[in-house]
Amino acid sequence: MQRVALTVNGTRHEVELEPRELLVYVLRDRLGLTGTNVGCDTSSCGSCTVLLDGESVKSCTVLGVQADGTTVTTIEGVAGADGTLHPVQQAFHEHHALQCGYCTPGMVMAAISLIESGHASSEEEIRTGLEGNLCRCTGYHNIVKAVQAAAGAPA
Amino acid sequence: MSATETTKYVGAPILRREDRPLLTGVGTYVDNISLPGTAYMVVVRSPYAHARIRGINLDAARAAEGVIAAFSGAELRDDWKAPMPCAWPVTPDMKSPEHFPLAVEEACYQGDGVAVVLAESRALAKDAAELVEIDYEPLDAAVDVWESSQDGSTRAHQSLESNVSYVWKLETDDVAAAFDAADVVVKRRYYQPRLIPNAMEPRAVAARLEPNGDVTLWSTTQIPHILRALAAATLGFSEAKLRVIAPDVGGGFGSKVDVYAEELLVLALTRRLRRPVKWVEERSEGYVATIHGRDFVTEMEFAATKDGTITAVRANVTAAMGAYLQLVTPGIPLLGAWIYSGPYAIPNYSFTCTGVFTNTTPTDAYRGAGRPEATFVIERTIDALAAELGMDRIELRRKNFIKEFPAQIASGLTIDSGDFEGALDKLLEHLDLDGVRSEQKARRDRGDVTQLGVGFSTYTEMCGLAPSRILGAIGFGAGGWESATVRALPTGSVQVVTGTSPHGQGHETAWAQIAADQLGYAIEEVEVVHGDTSIAPYGLDTYGSRSLPVGAVALHLAGERVIEKAREIVAHQLEVSGDDLEFAGGAFTVKGSPDRTMHIKEIAWAAFAAHNLPDGMDPYLEATATYDPSNFSWPGGAHAAVVEVDTETGDARLVRYVAVDDVGAVVNPLIVEGQVHGGVTQGIATALYEEGVYDDEGNLMTPNLINYLVPSAAELPSFELDRVEARSPNHPLGAKGVGETGTIASAPAVINAVVDALSHLGVTDVQMPASPERVWRAIEEARQ
Repeated sequence: MQRVALTVNGTRHEVELEPRELLVYVLRDRLGLTGTNVGCDTSSCGSCTVLLDGESVKSCTVLGVQADGTTVTTIEGVAGADGTLHPVQQAFHEHHALQCGYCTPGMVMAAISLIESGHASSEEEIRTGLEGNLCRCTGYHNIVKAVQAAAGAPA
Repeated sequence: MSATETTKYVGAPILRREDRPLLTGVGTYVDNISLPGTAYMVVVRSPYAHARIRGINLDAARAAEGVIAAFSGAELRDDWKAPMPCAWPVTPDMKSPEHFPLAVEEACYQGDGVAVVLAESRALAKDAAELVEIDYEPLDAAVDVWESSQDGSTRAHQSLESNVSYVWKLETDDVAAAFDAADVVVKRRYYQPRLIPNAMEPRAVAARLEPNGDVTLWSTTQIPHILRALAAATLGFSEAKLRVIAPDVGGGFGSKVDVYAEELLVLALTRRLRRPVKWVEERSEGYVATIHGRDFVTEMEFAATKDGTITAVRANVTAAMGAYLQLVTPGIPLLGAWIYSGPYAIPNYSFTCTGVFTNTTPTDAYRGAGRPEATFVIERTIDALAAELGMDRIELRRKNFIKEFPAQIASGLTIDSGDFEGALDKLLEHLDLDGVRSEQKARRDRGDVTQLGVGFSTYTEMCGLAPSRILGAIGFGAGGWESATVRALPTGSVQVVTGTSPHGQGHETAWAQIAADQLGYAIEEVEVVHGDTSIAPYGLDTYGSRSLPVGAVALHLAGERVIEKAREIVAHQLEVSGDDLEFAGGAFTVKGSPDRTMHIKEIAWAAFAAHNLPDGMDPYLEATATYDPSNFSWPGGAHAAVVEVDTETGDARLVRYVAVDDVGAVVNPLIVEGQVHGGVTQGIATALYEEGVYDDEGNLMTPNLINYLVPSAAELPSFELDRVEARSPNHPLGAKGVGETGTIASAPAVINAVVDALSHLGVTDVQMPASPERVWRAIEEARQ
């Protein structure tokens, strides 16, 4: 077991981890943050995307021990304290960019990162930027529209 | 909703109330449920497609750290009071090998469960599962559906004489004569690739024994009601003591319309261990453990006159069942059996299906279920017929369209409504076909590497499952009705209880729109509950595009009963005749006396207080209704795909997709469009990307999301959608199903476009999925 300290959604946590534990299970099982979903076991689907020190990562490809000393933002941490949705969450709502909702937390986190990094300036850029996040319900049409709207990109 | 009623919510793009919890990470997916003292179950699965189980040694697993228990199939055999259920014996002599949640003597597909290990954590359970020692004697495997259908082929089950489960036939009298008399006959053979549904939420099951001996089961299921009844029967539970909850469910597409081994195992082990048990599927595990779709070979023939009148259709389907008959496996091909004439008036009709066992994951419902397979061969073959006749593809379709409704079709069903020509006209308006054709010609003239093609698909389908009497007549084990309860609560809100079980379709929003308009409440005052057999006791759940055209109709009928009961109360209290009362916007008003009025909220309180009700009336303003449809729901439409094909690499890429659908009246256009986007995408994926492939020994060669190509945003364009509206005449909402239309229509449009892009090179067919290799080979073969 290894002692690891990480800050998640502004709260510092210290946890004892097995070296093999994936960050996504640290978040879900040890910290009770079940908003981050697990959709595959091959790092293909992106359902588990979180921000690690501000950059989007698939939390199934990061070991918990690698997150020692980092700052993590999950889907639970992006809305305002008063419940105001993050602009990307709000855009997903307004554009009907989610159906079953399972890919949504990862998709929102990936979109936030894409917009913040300045890579959401066109439909093509958004589609390429979200390549690592699979959705089976929406055909991506409304997800792309939502990200365009949140990014202020021309629709 | 009749045209005279005012509507403020129905038809409007109301934003979904489901969204907020899902967007903020507080959804209640099964794996998010944490029950103290849980034993985590791992299923040990056969690595062989076909093997005799000579022995299982669980000693090392049982001795491993954190292990609570481990069982072989033989040790649990007596827990099953009946084999796993198949609800649709399609013929009286259908063969169905006994199927238990764990195999006992013979493993019949790669992934067939043979043992379980339960431990204090999922990691420890997985560690211990590695220690299970199984002595297998590998057997030859039946894999290819066509080969396995032949006499003398390798048998998928030792206990069966042949792999043929059933032969099912529907034929009108004069088919052979119509083919003999035809000027032109086209015959084509197609393969529908095996598909792996890949709902984004893998399956998960948890159960808890309650203090009173009841058992609560949480499952990622589309069918909590059906599951409850059939799980109780399989396990010998009292149904009354089993509660099934489908909480937030992360997509299904048919793959969660089943009674799965893991659900039964978790229930049996919860009872045995007297502690909660949980199983969560890993994605790659799901590739073998969750049902697959399609895997059909179809021979399709059209007979026609020289002028392009199609006179007969003959379809001969050989359909893979996989290793066992799951809940609806044998019936899936038959959900298309009546519509191999598509939207066309074809007087002579023949359909035969042979269901064949193979040593592969069982097949069952995947979005469209039987109707994409039908539509694909119809729409590919009508293009082939057009080429044979030298006719324009669009004009050939138009010439054969059914134009008047209701239309009895040769297979015996009645298409009650449609507007196939209107949809096609509108499609052509959006498409700018002349522009596409001129760009195509320019590229051909220049000899461009990247060629352009356009393909069409005009379709109808039968959904809204289903009239109970018809289901009975075709051997299905249950009915097709749906139920709803509407409660006008005493303090001014409404609770709607529905028997449907949404998993992304937005029923909470759409049902609230309907009830709020009907009863005159604000939409925020209407709550919709579902997916829990203890609060929604009756229902037949969600699949087959049934929820709106069946379930929401039950809601509407229950609402009418609430209004009629309220009317009686008002008539009693105001001392007028019920006929003298008008109901609008939530208020009853005495005709001609606008000041004599009672709002339904007041009536709800009065019904609750029960101080002054008509003699003999039950207190409380609540009503339940069921709706059993008199016909299937018949959406239809016209779709077009435009593709670019790189003639050097074979890469085919969709550049435009235009869809014009008739789904009857629309309750929420946002949700309808979302259904079409997603449905179309799954059909495009079938056409271009997805295929479950087994090797000759029955090893799944596409065992995960790396090898099986679920498309991402980068592979797709934005879609261009429009609608025509031919209301369903069957019920007051006028709505038709929309969940499957896109998947049914889109694959042939895309393949027709790929073939069109290459037709000048002599290419006449490309098998699905049109991978770069397949396209490149088709070009090379045409050149030779």
